[in-house]
Amino acid sequence: MTAMTPDLDKNTGDAARRRGRRRSGYLLMGATLLAAVGIFAGAVRRQPDITPPRFPAAQVVAADFQEAVQSVDRQFTQWARTEGVEMAPRADNLTILRRISLALIGTGLSLEEIRAVEMVPADEQVQWWTEYLLQDRRWADYFSERLSRAFVGTNQGPFLLFRRRKFNQWLAEQLEAGRPYDDIVRQMIAADGLWTDTPPVNFITATMDEDQKNRADPVRLAARTARTFLGQRIDCLQCHDDFLGTMELGEADAPESGTQQHFHQLAAFFAGTGLPDPVFRGIRDDGRTYRYKYLGEESEEEVTPQVPFYRELLPTDGKPRQRLAAWVTHSQNRAFARATVNRIWALLCSRPLVEPVDNIPLHGPVPPILDTLADDFQAHGYDLRRLIRLIVHSQAFQRDSRADFEITETHEACWAVFPVTQLRPEQVAGCLSQIARVTAIDHRSSILTRLQSYGELQDFLKRYGDRGEDEFDSDAITIPQRLLLMNGKLTRERTKNDLVGNTATRIARLVGDDGQAVQLAFLTVLNRYPSPREEQVFVAHLGGKHGNGRVRAMSDMFWALINSTEFSWNH
Amino acid sequence: MFHPLDTSSPPPRGAGLALSGCLGYRRFHRRRMLQMAAAGSTSWLTTVAERLARAGERRTTPRPKSLLILWLQGGPSQLETFDPHPGAWIGGDVQAIATRVPRVQIADTLPATAEVLDRATLVRSVISKEGDHERATYHVKTGWRPDPTVVHPSIGAIVCYKSPANIEIPRHISILPSQWPARGGYLGPAFDAFQMYDPANPIPNLVGPTSPEVLQRRLDPLLQTVESEFQRGRLRDLDRRRTQHQTTAREAVRMMTSEQLAAFDVKREGETTLKRFGDTPFGRGCLAAVRLLSVGVRCVEVELNGWDSHINNHELQTSNAAILDPALAATISELEARDLLEDTIVVCGGEFGRTPQINRAGGRDHWPHGFSVLLAGGPFRRGYVHGETIANPDPAWFKRKDSPEADSSRWVKDPIDVPDLHATLLYALGIDPSEEQMTPIGRPLRWSDGRVVHQLLA
Repeated sequence: MTAMTPDLDKNTGDAARRRGRRRSGYLLMGATLLAAVGIFAGAVRRQPDITPPRFPAAQVVAADFQEAVQSVDRQFTQWARTEGVEMAPRADNLTILRRISLALIGTGLSLEEIRAVEMVPADEQVQWWTEYLLQDRRWADYFSERLSRAFVGTNQGPFLLFRRRKFNQWLAEQLEAGRPYDDIVRQMIAADGLWTDTPPVNFITATMDEDQKNRADPVRLAARTARTFLGQRIDCLQCHDDFLGTMELGEADAPESGTQQHFHQLAAFFAGTGLPDPVFRGIRDDGRTYRYKYLGEESEEEVTPQVPFYRELLPTDGKPRQRLAAWVTHSQNRAFARATVNRIWALLCSRPLVEPVDNIPLHGPVPPILDTLADDFQAHGYDLRRLIRLIVHSQAFQRDSRADFEITETHEACWAVFPVTQLRPEQVAGCLSQIARVTAIDHRSSILTRLQSYGELQDFLKRYGDRGEDEFDSDAITIPQRLLLMNGKLTRERTKNDLVGNTATRIARLVGDDGQAVQLAFLTVLNRYPSPREEQVFVAHLGGKHGNGRVRAMSDMFWALINSTEFSWNH
Repeated sequence: MFHPLDTSSPPPRGAGLALSGCLGYRRFHRRRMLQMAAAGSTSWLTTVAERLARAGERRTTPRPKSLLILWLQGGPSQLETFDPHPGAWIGGDVQAIATRVPRVQIADTLPATAEVLDRATLVRSVISKEGDHERATYHVKTGWRPDPTVVHPSIGAIVCYKSPANIEIPRHISILPSQWPARGGYLGPAFDAFQMYDPANPIPNLVGPTSPEVLQRRLDPLLQTVESEFQRGRLRDLDRRRTQHQTTAREAVRMMTSEQLAAFDVKREGETTLKRFGDTPFGRGCLAAVRLLSVGVRCVEVELNGWDSHINNHELQTSNAAILDPALAATISELEARDLLEDTIVVCGGEFGRTPQINRAGGRDHWPHGFSVLLAGGPFRRGYVHGETIANPDPAWFKRKDSPEADSSRWVKDPIDVPDLHATLLYALGIDPSEEQMTPIGRPLRWSDGRVVHQLLA
């Protein structure tokens, strides 16, 4: 018996400690619950903490803006008529708002944001949401990431000489400040200095490597300039003349078949670009000339800088890169405005007007809308925000991707319906991060939330894969991507029992009404209300379950919504 | 209805290409045999079990031909691999060594390959008109030059399209793919190659977070309801022609529960076998390819990148050849040892060759006017060399105005252009190259517009 006493005491002590722990646990759970209720109620029932811009957009109601939109709309209507196809009706507001969100900030809407938009009159919601996002730093950050893929590629770049984060940050600041696009491009092409304190020179240093002994790579810069700023794929002219007869340069009234000279004369503008001593002064032009041995020639020859078309627009004075920058962004260089419009259209609609995005026939036929938008872009000082507004307000952007007639690829090709396109990996990851939260993950979010979101994003991107610079190629989902969405870490995180970290658990625990719970799940994940049939099926799945059973049922629902086509595709 | 877990019944007739795609739908009837193989601790048991499993396939129907492509991305130099010209002004630093084929020498960078050359056909006179990596890769993988109006299928996609779906893992697989893995083209994304990387690592995310019963509930009715609502009124054949979402869901679920996954696991082979292929990702990829072909995969592409030697040609080509050599030789030997070489066609080559002349940086540039491709297995002749390149071209021929593409006959003897190579491969695989398909743009297209080169076939 005596031997039992210590055990008894121990048991008594353990029991007391367990009671204490349980009490603390209850208190903690209670506090967490209260906090969660507070946060959730704020999103679901109270007025959202979002301040709309006070007055959207004098620009949007201006007569010339409306005329431009109408002109674009007329041309799309004419295009559909020419193709002999019907046009889909306008999509519902939430669908359009999701498109805008995905394009401008790379995620869907948070529940709080949906509630905020719903407080705006229906006919003002698109305009309101567009303006809201264009004033949100998330737009500048995300758009700069997308644009920088075209400017400096997606590779790591040379160690020490290339600072992607600095470059993106600088680009985001330019976008946020509303700097004209032609000015941004001129800085990239012509800037001198160090890549750390003059970030636009990273456009140049991205092409440098150790083998080039502190010289920029004229060939890569020529190819990049032609593709990104002018919409001309002339890379193959590096090695040989165009023997397919598909590349016309020169002037409209005197077209020239592409030759090696066209390419290397363009490259010659960058021949003097490098890091002459003293290196700490950064990128400079040192006047070095460009030499090249053309295919079949016995020796190298000096190549004089020259542009491959619109030669009368090239200034005669100035340093080579300054002359080139002035020519690229010249108001009469139609290729520049066209290339920009085509890319911005693709960033907003996930598919360019002319495919591929960086190969627009210089003298060949293009959709008239491209020139209409290019003219407006040039006439309004290369204002990217105006161009975005113009596209978002066009009927083509707002058309539904479904209709009561049979939709074929011809309908999509002439924008009679909005095309169904796969989301980019970071958009899928962004949506997966966002659905954990009721409020938007933005600059107001805690640093921990943002760090967690960033970590999740990087991990997901690594596993999901990225198409690199070919970001508008149309691909189907792959089996590894499918497996990642079905079984991957991020999906597990979003569907596990976590009252603090997951919207799914919070809805299950805190929303007693099954119909409302199902609606909130659809709004959170797909940014739309369920159809009657969906509501019926999902409510039945949730019905009658309580406690952990209800949490598991809601996890099932979130898993199904995350794994739907709709979640991973823009529509 | 969509029943992703139902692997017992075939998709409805007329359900189209994508439903069968590159993944089989019938339960693998040799499962027990493979399970035994998977459970075995010794490599010989695995090999025997697989051989028996494969033999079981042969007992019921004639075995369809399979394809193994060892893809050398970047443009391998014919002069430093299969077509050396030591001592000539274009020869560089490479030496030639004897092979198992009398009077035929290859570069000293490929000693193991020299020992198996008597089981292969070596074509030294492939010509093409594409000198850009992307375009040339498309050309060699599809047999067609890039066309803005239609995307042609890679040859592996055609093989899968023309053979019945019979397994639970992808039938078209690309190991270590870089920028341009094999695509389904106009046959649809269902015929794209399944991409995987170093077989030393397991395929990620194959284990689900829930029980099969919960997974089934999630898939149907929940996911099924959302999917059918989404498809309503949208693009015709949205899943088949565009998203592949439901198709890949079915395939992913089937794969998660398949015992054939053991074929991906090269660690089940003995250390000796692994070493024979070379302790490299490419070597392991080739060994995985042999195992995958053993269980019925129809096309595997294993890629070795890094042949684009514009500078330091000799060093780059030599170091890559050191990776290629053991893997290529072991692949041919192992296929033969496992009684697979008769039914498997091995193709080893890249998108083009490299220039005869060496540039100032010690490199060779792109050269589509006469390069080498090695073919083995199936009906291809054994110990045969076709075509030859000139050893001492006149340097004046490289003058620009005297463009080499104008007259390939001065560079190569008995040239075979890429479409002809494709037609021959298709013929060897039992597919009529002249058979026409209606493409999505409403234009009937033959599998190949080349002619069959019967000289290459036994």
